[in-house]
Amino acid sequence: MTTRYDLAVIGAGPAGLAAATLAAKRGVSTVLLDEQPAPGGQIYRAITQTPVRNPSVLGSDYWHGADLVGPFRDSGADYLPGSTVWSVSRGLEIGLSREGAARLLPAKHIILATGALERPFAIPGWTLPGVMGAGAAQILLKTSGLVASGNVVLAGTGPLLWLLAWQYLRAGARIDTILDTTPRENWRQAMPHMTEFLRSGYIGKGLKLLLEVRRKVKVIGNVSALRAEGDGRVQSVVHRQGDGAEARLPADTLLLHHGVVPNINLANAIGCAQNWDEGQRCWVPTVDDWGATTVEGVSIAGDGAGIAGALAAEHRGRLAALDALHRLGRIDRAERDRDAAPHREALDRAQRGRVFLDTLYKPARDFRVPQDDTIVCRCEEVTAGQVREAVKLGCSGPNQTKSFLRCGMGPCQGRLCGPTVTEVIADARGVSPAEVGYYRLRPPVKPITLAELASLPKSEDEINAVLHH
Amino acid sequence: MSAHNRPDYDIAVVGGGLVGSATAWGLARLGQKVAILDEGDIAVRPSRGNFALVWVQGKGLGMPEYAGWTKGSSDRWTGFAGMLRDQTGIDVHYERPGGFMPLLSEAEVEARAAQLSRLHNQPSMVRYDYEMLDRAAVAKEMPYIGKDVVGASYCALDGHCNSLRLLRALHAGLGLHGAAYLPNHRVERIEPRDGGFRLITSAGELGAGKVVLAAGHDSARLAPMVGLSAPVRPERGHIIVTEKTAPFLKFPVGYIRQTDEGGVMIGDSFEDVGFDTTVRNGVTSTIAERAIRIFPLLGKLNVVRTWAALRVMSPDGFPIYEQSTSAPGAFVATCHSGVTLAANHALALAPHIAAGRLPEEFTVFSARRFDVPKAA
Amino acid sequence: MFQRLPNASGERVSFTIDGRPAEALSGDSVAAALFANGVQTCRSTPVSGAPRAPYCMMGVCFDCLVIIDDVGNQQGCQVRVRPGMRVETQNGKREIAR
Ligand SMILES: Cc1cc2nc3c(=O)[nH]c(=O)nc-3n(C[C@H](O)[C@H](O)[C@H](O)COP(=O)(O)OP(=O)(O)OC[C@H]3O[C@@H](n4cnc5c(N)ncnc54)[C@H](O)[C@@H]3O)c2cc1C
Ligand code: FES
Repeated sequence: MTTRYDLAVIGAGPAGLAAATLAAKRGVSTVLLDEQPAPGGQIYRAITQTPVRNPSVLGSDYWHGADLVGPFRDSGADYLPGSTVWSVSRGLEIGLSREGAARLLPAKHIILATGALERPFAIPGWTLPGVMGAGAAQILLKTSGLVASGNVVLAGTGPLLWLLAWQYLRAGARIDTILDTTPRENWRQAMPHMTEFLRSGYIGKGLKLLLEVRRKVKVIGNVSALRAEGDGRVQSVVHRQGDGAEARLPADTLLLHHGVVPNINLANAIGCAQNWDEGQRCWVPTVDDWGATTVEGVSIAGDGAGIAGALAAEHRGRLAALDALHRLGRIDRAERDRDAAPHREALDRAQRGRVFLDTLYKPARDFRVPQDDTIVCRCEEVTAGQVREAVKLGCSGPNQTKSFLRCGMGPCQGRLCGPTVTEVIADARGVSPAEVGYYRLRPPVKPITLAELASLPKSEDEINAVLHH
Repeated sequence: MSAHNRPDYDIAVVGGGLVGSATAWGLARLGQKVAILDEGDIAVRPSRGNFALVWVQGKGLGMPEYAGWTKGSSDRWTGFAGMLRDQTGIDVHYERPGGFMPLLSEAEVEARAAQLSRLHNQPSMVRYDYEMLDRAAVAKEMPYIGKDVVGASYCALDGHCNSLRLLRALHAGLGLHGAAYLPNHRVERIEPRDGGFRLITSAGELGAGKVVLAAGHDSARLAPMVGLSAPVRPERGHIIVTEKTAPFLKFPVGYIRQTDEGGVMIGDSFEDVGFDTTVRNGVTSTIAERAIRIFPLLGKLNVVRTWAALRVMSPDGFPIYEQSTSAPGAFVATCHSGVTLAANHALALAPHIAAGRLPEEFTVFSARRFDVPKAA
Repeated sequence: MFQRLPNASGERVSFTIDGRPAEALSGDSVAAALFANGVQTCRSTPVSGAPRAPYCMMGVCFDCLVIIDDVGNQQGCQVRVRPGMRVETQNGKREIAR
């Protein structure tokens, strides 16, 4: 019988590393699980082993990751890299798969720190080879020192797009053009939040980065339509500025980005309630100030509980860990609140200016609600037009369109179509995404083999449910 | 009925799952003005979670009329699928290659043989052929069976379809026949009034000359409002689906089948747990282990989805079809093999409902069979 | 098209792509190793046969599926390349026996 850890943390990004470090240092038995082979999460990917040795390429924000990994290594927490978590039961048993073998790992409290993923950016042609996420290109840079070559076009909006451009330039890579899709009116809407933004840490760094990129790369602004074209792979990008005419750019690589959204699949499959965040236009698990979800014993820290960025993720990790200590009976409420005070303050500081960024970089409607001929579900190759047809047949939400069209039934389990499908249905019905809802997910949230599933322990009553009814 | 209080619809069908949709399609096809009242996106709806078998063998022990009804539906299925395709262009992929029920020990073989001979020896049992096959005979059709497979029962009438396409085709067909599908109209109350019915829903009221309860589990609550009874309870069943795989399995093999899209569906389990649809790893694990004993090659495939759905079970497991005597024009239809029986619901049941009367032979399916007073 | 930064450090790993010898760095995922070797398409889809390449690089999209050491439908971006590994691009649906 496996021992039951006091605390299991899933995800070794800033939130998970900080949570596990704090908890283990205070003496609770802690395990950190992550599917990556090394710690760092998305932002600090490959921090311990990147082949990119020149520190100025990835920038100092990246190297801050080392400040989290060091203390974690010394904390006494157990670490199981290469562990894919595919289920968490109501009894807090974690189903994980490691080196081709599945097992169940029980815990008394679980913190999900599974982070964010790039918001799906469905444009015609986005399934062509040569089109990928800007975040994906960044992962190739961090883990392998690979940069796109030939004609490289970046398109979209959001801080990560500009950061990647900056990192590419630092690395000596070439970018032909940046197609900036930030709608003009976003500036007007963001202005009221400017003062707060000016007091944040982003402004200096952000501006410098933006100016440097703009100086070196041609930027086409106010882009209102995008299409990737090519025979067997991307060869050109067709775009339109405002109401202007279409123009075409040659492209060997098109890197798309319009922000990140929480990775909610595991929380959803556990049964945690979630709500639609209108400001960030995405689903977020419903959590309290400590990251506690509606399921007893499960909390969420970091971007997985709503996008707030890497520094905030760290502090949210520590807050969730303190609350876990309290729930485990290790500290009383007063001690939790007292110890949390500096982290709360730091969190507030880290979140300053977030509303400005969210408002400014909110993707335009036409990119969130694609045209009929655009594929929205990459796995089952279902178009936005088919989703609209299903709405006409009476489908009122994504679970019905899923059963009518197989949209969301493929191996990605809706991660790459869910947000778009919700928006398309909401738009077609003329109601809010909140009313439309989201996929109801079930384990396994990541594929495991049938043989792995078959190898799990079974109770007599579970066997009888199948074999002796 | 005077012109000004003519009801909005000839018939209101409560429930847009497979039973309701098939029945409504059959009614609309006959020119009835039909409304289907359904819940929203999230509902306890086994129609989206079923196994898609059109299965005949082994059914009807204890009620031979059910065996006949099932075989009748299987016989109607080819024509039914053709009508749907002609009308909507949607191919529901009905195939009838014959089905195997795999048996993993001599004891299982004996038990199955005895069960089938009892079934077929019932008086007034419908006649059709089935076979008990030994391992060699099974291996001839499916050389990749596992070493534990001792034999199988086989029936040429068994088949399967793509049940999600079936649901979609029925909905598309309903639209083409001019029926109104009304989602997010959960029926709260039904009141017999002026020789017809008022249905009070979460999204307003409407009137209909007749009403068909095909609301699955919720029929238990609604039936007494129109003088009927539908004592159904949920029985949870787990299903596993693998990633798409090149075609390797032509036949439905009891609780294993490969879909036309390539995924392998694997069932099945039976639990009495109320309305809880939580997936239990130990149950899916048991299902997986048994499937690998039958087809060892399956072990390497990735599982992409599992789910638990709630079968609509009557006390004896057989369907309930009944008309109300106190509120004429009200009908109830409920069963747990909504795919197998879809052809019957559309082509055999609907015409009787349209005509306003279930004939004599439906009496065996009445819920009054459960009224037998308990022995003292 | 991707290329390696000139000063990227790391150990060389030899493996094969569709039977041809190839080289990668030890920290590369299989998907990264394919890009580094100029492979632009790693599979065709089981639905329409359309060509695909890795899209997210973080285990989310399943567009990086390849056959690794005779096992189909492996997520190339989630598996590290190992010496002697046999990587094959995949056509449509996976075969059940591999
Ligand atoms: C591709 C990408 C690149 C980004 N680059 C930057 C950047 O350069 N700079 C920046 O400021 N922000 C960047 N962001 C945003 C940044 O990721 C977040 O603000 C920050 O990483 C949040 O930290 P976290 O700890 O919440 O999650 P993450 O850092 O995302 O960590 C989550 C971890 O959980 C693991 N995980 C997820 N699901 C499972 C599972 N089922 N089983 C096991 N492990 C699992 C993941 O492998 C990952 O290691 C990027 C986002 C993405 C998606
Ligand atoms: S590239 Fe998306 S899962 Fe591998």
